[in-house]
Amino acid sequence: MIIDKKNTDKTKKRLVLGCGALVYDLLRLIKQNPSLSDKVNLQCLPASWHNSPQLIAPGVEEYLSENSHLYEDIYIAYADCGTGGALDRVLEKFDAKRIEGAHCYEFFAGTDVFEQLSEEELGTFYLTDYLVKNFNRIMIKGLGLDKHPELFEVYFKHYKKLVYLAQTENEQWQKDAQQYAKDFGFEYEYRLVGTGSLDVVFEEIDIQPLEIKD
Amino acid sequence: MMSEEDDFDLNDLDDKELVEQIQDDLYDGLDAEVTEGTEILLARGWDANDVLGEALVGGMKIVGVDFRDGILFVPEVLKCAGAMKGGMKILRPILAESAEDTSLGKFVIGTVKGDIHDIGKNLVAMMCEGAGFEVINLGINNPVENYLEAIDEHEPVIVGMSALLTTTMPYMGVVVEEMEKRGMRKDTHIMCGGAPLNQEFADAIGVPAYGRDAARSAEMAEEHVLSLRKKRDHR
Repeated sequence: MIIDKKNTDKTKKRLVLGCGALVYDLLRLIKQNPSLSDKVNLQCLPASWHNSPQLIAPGVEEYLSENSHLYEDIYIAYADCGTGGALDRVLEKFDAKRIEGAHCYEFFAGTDVFEQLSEEELGTFYLTDYLVKNFNRIMIKGLGLDKHPELFEVYFKHYKKLVYLAQTENEQWQKDAQQYAKDFGFEYEYRLVGTGSLDVVFEEIDIQPLEIKD
Repeated sequence: MMSEEDDFDLNDLDDKELVEQIQDDLYDGLDAEVTEGTEILLARGWDANDVLGEALVGGMKIVGVDFRDGILFVPEVLKCAGAMKGGMKILRPILAESAEDTSLGKFVIGTVKGDIHDIGKNLVAMMCEGAGFEVINLGINNPVENYLEAIDEHEPVIVGMSALLTTTMPYMGVVVEEMEKRGMRKDTHIMCGGAPLNQEFADAIGVPAYGRDAARSAEMAEEHVLSLRKKRDHR
């Protein structure tokens, strides 16, 4: 796990425990609202779990078992993320909240937009800023395509389109995503959707006054 | 470059060593070697069912356990499956000839509506075929009608449903409900599987068997048929 225990500041009484694939977005949101940095302790778990969702619930549980006593409130910057409710069962034990939705694509784009995209083309492969930036590590190496390119067909034979759900405007990433679509032989669509309901985590923290218990 | 130690002839191994070697080669995803080993066992007079069960399915069971324990990941498992397919390609026509004697029955399997993921489903199909089922693979994105038509046409002993997405797995309940309404559950066992599923979900939608991985799913399917046969023999 990529947990920096040295930076765990026990005076910050709210924990945001998020997927490593959201770290830049979470940091940017905190930076946009300086008052949050006094209230929040941000920790992230490995982004590589994007490809191994069975590791998410046990990983979150392990972290919270060791650290939940340090915090008044716990917010989890994950959706269900393919855990099939396993994450929710962990969160219930720790009275923690997560972002609504099936996965980050849904909470970034919003449920209506995501459903519309899925209806338009079921075989759609989604990328976010993080996934574009780390495409080779997470998608190519993570799926073993660097060593076994012949597996491409097994993974992607039913996909026809790549949609880049961008959080920020970045020309280079747009070019890269378009190139990945071309390399994979997919149609390409770009949508600047921002961070969607990821912001909800911080809105709640910002509104609620911090209660320090004795 | 192959070392001297690695450069050996599979023909030099005795049967037990060769079966173990095929399992090792399957684990390493070496399809040419698995194919060669399969051919050698057949040439030595082995029954195709035994080659399948001991060497190939035996090897995939080890793969299944290591996948479950986090030692192997999806890319490696897919390479193993590719290697098993090499052996299956040789065995399939031989097994087809003797299917009347050894088949466990028909197994209809498909990914549910709204879901295009089929890697796990295809692994289950392959393992079930290896276990002795005649597998009818419906592919991906199957509405309830596809399952019902396949049940009418093939009269399978088991129907298996797969989903990878939290958003698509509830559709399995629709299929179960329709089968119930049409009285199809009496003769057809239902199984389900997929990464986000668990026994609790299977219980909630009334599916009696949840397969946590491909190897276990095939075992459960086989156990079901053997238990049916045992009951029938007792009558």
